[in-house]
Amino acid sequence: MLDIRLYMLQRITALIMAPLTLGHIAVMIYAVQGGLTTAEILSRTQGSVVWLVYYGTFVAAVSIHAAIGLRVIIAETFKLRGMALSGFTWGVCGLFLYMGARAVMAVTMP
Amino acid sequence: MSFTQNIMDVSIWRGDAQAGAFAHFEVPAQKSQTILDVVAWIQQHQDPTLSYRYACRVGMCGSCAMMVNGVPRWTCRTHVEKVLEGNKLEVAPLRNLPVIKDLVTDMDSFFDKWIAAEGRHHPTASRLDPIAAISPESAGRVKANAGIECINCSVCYAACDTVASNPDYLGPAALQRAWTVYNDAKDADKQAVLDAVSGVGGCHNCHTQGSCTAHCPNDLDPMTAIAGLKRVSAASFFKRRKARA
Repeated sequence: MLDIRLYMLQRITALIMAPLTLGHIAVMIYAVQGGLTTAEILSRTQGSVVWLVYYGTFVAAVSIHAAIGLRVIIAETFKLRGMALSGFTWGVCGLFLYMGARAVMAVTMP
Repeated sequence: MSFTQNIMDVSIWRGDAQAGAFAHFEVPAQKSQTILDVVAWIQQHQDPTLSYRYACRVGMCGSCAMMVNGVPRWTCRTHVEKVLEGNKLEVAPLRNLPVIKDLVTDMDSFFDKWIAAEGRHHPTASRLDPIAAISPESAGRVKANAGIECINCSVCYAACDTVASNPDYLGPAALQRAWTVYNDAKDADKQAVLDAVSGVGGCHNCHTQGSCTAHCPNDLDPMTAIAGLKRVSAASFFKRRKARA
């Protein structure tokens, strides 16, 4: 169910997510200090390649990490195996990628 | 002075792989009585059809493990007075293994996983070669020594929730054996061990809950052994990819 490739992929994506999460929280705290409005935040993020890469990487890492984690939970709890388990894993990964990409595009695309 | 012997209320699981239920027995308590003594007393005095497995009676052979009040234990070394709950005992076959009859489980899957985990010696020399000297203080030997007192009782396997929810998982005993072989300086194929424990049922499925270490009757630490396998297999993962490139 969880071979070394999936195990390593989950650990590597966790390593990517850790600093990005801290950066995300730091920016949130910074942004609310001065009472920035939504329009003011969007004026800074829209058209920014840096924020596109930052949150794009975040979404990709989260999608892979969460899909593997949910795969283990579903397999152990509901005894899902084989193609059904692979389909579930890819489905969750694709869904999170789609939802995350939509959010990133809405915030960073001009 | 009058002496009233205490009578214990003992529930023993009776049945086979298809069905079964607990049967109740009244067993006289005795001094220094073990769980295996209780089961033997029932078989000898109340129900000769009761099936159970044991051999050495001194904690060496690993054949008498059972669930006692819901906890996996070696019954020959478990004193009744330490586990009695309100004068009641419940004895059942080991968890995570198919039942053959009553308290006897089919341990094939447990031992098959030892083989699947490559927990066997891969020789570096023949019997004609001189014996290599290994320092007992060397780091590898210390790590290998930590697991060699395993008696294959399957208590850790029965205690493991990961085995319960993932029947493919090799389990703590087999993985600890693999870690012992991996750390043996006289073993010639460490990569075979790492490959064996890196598959779909391998060491990476362990959730580090620690039931194996908590319940091992010999105070061994399979959880740390599995953590060691995870560490070296992760390091080897990048090395092998580099070597292939």
